[in-house]
Amino acid sequence: MSESVSLTINGNKYSATKGTYVLQVARDHGIHIPTLCDHEAIEPYGACRLCIVEVTRGARTRIVTSCLYPVEEGLVVQTDSPRVVENRKMLLNLLLARCSENQVIKALAREYGIEQPAFRQEYWEKHNCIVCGLCVRACEQVVGVSAISLVNRGISKEPKPPFLEKAQACIGCGSCYYVCPTGAVKLEDKNGVRHIYNWKVAFRLKKCSKCGIQWAPEAQLTYIRKKWNLPSDFFEICPNCR
Amino acid sequence: MSSKLKTARALALLQQKLEKDGRADRPRVSVCNGTACRPYGSNPVAEAFVTELEKKGLSGQVEFKVTGCHGFCERGPIAILEPGNLFYQRVRVGDVAEIIEKTVLKKEVIERLLFKDAGTAKPVSAQEDLPFYRNQRRIVLGNNTRIDPTSIEDYIAIGGYSALAKSLTELNPEQIIEIVKQSGLRGRGGGGFPTGAKWDTCRKAPGDIKYVIVNADEGDPGAYANEGLLTGNPHSVLEGLIIGAFAIGSHQGYIYVRNEYPLALKNMTIAMEQAEALGLLGKNILGSGFDLTVRINRGGGAFVCGESTALMASLEGKPGEPRAKYTHTVERGLWDRPSDLNNVETWANIPLIINNGAEWFSKIGVAGNSGTKIFSLTGKVNNTGLVEVPMGIKLREIIFDIGGGIRGGKKFKAVQTGGPSGGCLPESLLDSPVDFDSLTKAGSMMGSGGMIVLDEDNCMVDTARYFLNFLEEESCGKCVPCREGVKRMRQILDGITEGKGQESDIQLLKDLSEHLQDSALCALGGSAPNPVLTTLRYFHDEYEAHIKNKKCPAGICKALIKFSIIDEKCPGCGMCVKTCPSDAITFMGKKKPVILDQAKCIKCRTCYDICKMGAVRVE
Repeated sequence: MSESVSLTINGNKYSATKGTYVLQVARDHGIHIPTLCDHEAIEPYGACRLCIVEVTRGARTRIVTSCLYPVEEGLVVQTDSPRVVENRKMLLNLLLARCSENQVIKALAREYGIEQPAFRQEYWEKHNCIVCGLCVRACEQVVGVSAISLVNRGISKEPKPPFLEKAQACIGCGSCYYVCPTGAVKLEDKNGVRHIYNWKVAFRLKKCSKCGIQWAPEAQLTYIRKKWNLPSDFFEICPNCR
Repeated sequence: MSSKLKTARALALLQQKLEKDGRADRPRVSVCNGTACRPYGSNPVAEAFVTELEKKGLSGQVEFKVTGCHGFCERGPIAILEPGNLFYQRVRVGDVAEIIEKTVLKKEVIERLLFKDAGTAKPVSAQEDLPFYRNQRRIVLGNNTRIDPTSIEDYIAIGGYSALAKSLTELNPEQIIEIVKQSGLRGRGGGGFPTGAKWDTCRKAPGDIKYVIVNADEGDPGAYANEGLLTGNPHSVLEGLIIGAFAIGSHQGYIYVRNEYPLALKNMTIAMEQAEALGLLGKNILGSGFDLTVRINRGGGAFVCGESTALMASLEGKPGEPRAKYTHTVERGLWDRPSDLNNVETWANIPLIINNGAEWFSKIGVAGNSGTKIFSLTGKVNNTGLVEVPMGIKLREIIFDIGGGIRGGKKFKAVQTGGPSGGCLPESLLDSPVDFDSLTKAGSMMGSGGMIVLDEDNCMVDTARYFLNFLEEESCGKCVPCREGVKRMRQILDGITEGKGQESDIQLLKDLSEHLQDSALCALGGSAPNPVLTTLRYFHDEYEAHIKNKKCPAGICKALIKFSIIDEKCPGCGMCVKTCPSDAITFMGKKKPVILDQAKCIKCRTCYDICKMGAVRVE
């Protein structure tokens, strides 16, 4: 039996399973905490820091990331205290300076009343990627192929295929594209081919022998067939026709 | 090499024998061959001693040792001669024959090779009388001068591994932890967390597999205290580690050494092989039934891997990224197992504490900060090197008594402690004590013991910019506040040093600093604002001068300075003309002042540095 603890979030008492992360508990009770690098299918990482909250335990109050902070008995959480909001604003300021034309970041910043970065315009950048690592983590933890990784450190850190060449292990599943919070992964299906431009890969799409729709990359279907030991004709027809 | 020691008694007997052999009444010469002395040519000096002693047929009669770092790197290569503990500095190959002829054979002192006191200009002969050493307390580093780091016999002869024997035979793990707790030892890597308490939590953490780790990823610019210990006395670190592993209940240890320390890697590898051969490491240590396997892992050169969780990630074969420490690593660390990580210097203190007792240790230093701390004293001081001082000593004593004051009679401006994310402390704080808590209160930190002295020619805005630039490149890049925030702070500082500073920049720097301290993932990001915050706090006038008056008082920031010739002082010697890389200075004939063309000047400072007449003005 897992132990149950009681905690307070924004003045209201809740009970939760010990060890669950604060973010999860808040969400279970409909309390909104903004996030960018979090995804329910992927281990929390704590990179974007947007989910910061103020926690008090005994005499100590501090800022923590709710996606990684396990709940414990008597914990007091503030998700929108002035200190939290000020920090979130600065985070959005920093993100906006990096992604000054990205619509997701601009909209999020606007929610906090930030129209433009606080920094000199000559330093504004036009990235779309916030280096949250969701693409890399999805590829590793969900897909299990680790076709891409975060390379370099510091300001030059970014998700890239090995040796900056075509990602050899990529199966074209597009998980990276689906989990990317800012639209930084560019994926396109055209003329029977799936392109993921970030990883320099292109995959032929499988045609359904019944309806003729091009429904998934052949490489991905082969990968799944082998992994689950499925018959060779298993993916001849698409899920809709099955 | 002796065979495996199967009991503590066998070790004690070997120690007595080795000590007796060593005590034989014969002269001894030990030459420092630490990493800092090597570029000065200590290797050929050591070789010359061997050749010369052989040539004179003295090999058996004179004990000759090549040792690790003696500390006074400024004066290397160093030779210490017994009897008399004679200190010869800047020894060259050409001096060796004379040293043997006069000092070793005839006990004559060669005055030319002695250190001369800057104040009295009097030569000082014994090492312990040198101002550099006189004011230190070298309990950890001191043995470096007495042993060949590649010889386990040397270490055993001076009582090495007796603390291990005592721990395994006379003490139980709880007692060892209690002694470490009582000693008051705090983590020497900079955090200052009580070591005994850390061990205790790790021992009590549930789990059958536990790890002990030596953090030797010393990455602070200018810091090499860990290197000096690892290369000069690797067994002391290893012995501490084995004792710790026994106390915690761990059977697997890791030594994480940065690959840029080849000599440390080499000497530690030798030490481990020797310890294993003697039964002091591996299975059934000294017949006690306790097993410990230790492995060396080489760091790939990332500064952030000195952070405990990043180091553990790196050990796991993952990129060196820190992770949240909401669950402590002593409970869930390396491969999610309870793991105790301590700094090189912390480990090296353990055998001393076990042998001499908690009370002895707690009496060194001050209350709450017991023991000594090793600092890498560098920058604009006369005596640079590794210094070991009791905690609580004043900054002034380190810089002026041990360090011999500021180079070239210049004026002290600041001392930067704690590595790149430490802070710059001004003259008004020179009398504050050097301990974990006082340094933190002043806005800096202990860090792993870097101490860089700055003088009137250093611009504090530029200094802050330099450290932020370092941190920007060395941030792991995982979390937004550190990766993006440090970069923005550096850009603002760039602007100020380029004369584009605005008054609002100061507030923005303060806001960013506060934000980083609050929301960065690890201590690197959290402490990254320290260089900015301390310079803003103690050298606010320099920021004002840059922003409001567009002037750099120290004459460093190129965009804000101008070089010109003071005609009355210029003898027209032409030195500056020859060295100017941009042909900006024209020779006008002897005894006529040269002419500097502002349009061509690239403000490289070469003319200013080369002019002996002080005829180049910076404004």
